[in-house]
Amino acid sequence: MAKSQARVRVPKSAGKGEVVEIKTLISHEMESGQRKDKDGNPIPRKIINRFVCTMNGEEVFSADLEPAISANPYLSFYVKVEAPAELAFAWHDDDGSVYEAGETIAVA
Amino acid sequence: MRETSTMQQSALSGITRRRFVVTVAAGSAAAAALAMLPIDPVAAQEGPKTLDEAIKAAIGDRQPADGAGVISLDVPQIAENGNTVPLSVAVDSPMTAEDYVRTVHLFADGNPRPGVIAFNFTPRSGRAEAATRMRLARTQNVVALAELSDGRVLMTQAEVKVTIGGCGG
Repeated sequence: MAKSQARVRVPKSAGKGEVVEIKTLISHEMESGQRKDKDGNPIPRKIINRFVCTMNGEEVFSADLEPAISANPYLSFYVKVEAPAELAFAWHDDDGSVYEAGETIAVA
Repeated sequence: MRETSTMQQSALSGITRRRFVVTVAAGSAAAAALAMLPIDPVAAQEGPKTLDEAIKAAIGDRQPADGAGVISLDVPQIAENGNTVPLSVAVDSPMTAEDYVRTVHLFADGNPRPGVIAFNFTPRSGRAEAATRMRLARTQNVVALAELSDGRVLMTQAEVKVTIGGCGG
């Protein structure tokens, strides 16, 4: 099975107290569980069901995804940068896999 | 929580307790094991089936107030391809520790299951705004429910006309 590739766009630096936009994309089929194969058998559900972003170890944003989210799920959201930030991103698959990425933001 | 409900539903679908325990013990293999069991594919699906059930599951018995002036729900009026419909939602909030938006639940009332996504914010988010892309099976209403830190719930909705539905296959 193709390994999910995560891409994250984060500004390199921010002013103290600045609210910055984070954009994320991960390659994943997001199989809804609603479809049938050509023999009429249902194709089992396999989606990313949860996304979590932490900043310096504390949760800052998360999302609970349902099968209605498109393949290769895109998420954008904001974080308020008060200090140099270590951002960690985690995508949780129905099969128990967790795909991870990380970025840092310097405070200018 | 999501996985627990899958387990409960499959247990109700007629597998024995012993087999259920074995399935749970299989841990991450459980999803694969479930897929092989001869269970009703519809029963195997998760989550509420109707919009009313989904709203109740999200906010209990609280009554949502009109959030039209506070929540901006940005969806296209016409979506040519229901497989990937852009969705952006923003709630007007100071996002301080005392007053912030906890969660925005999004539903689509004409999909096989109404759940779309829940965005969970914190005061560290700075702004209660997020975006994604969703599937819409047909022309329908998209509903946004915002749960605020003081317990209040606001609701708004917008219609999307879908030219080609997004549940193909």
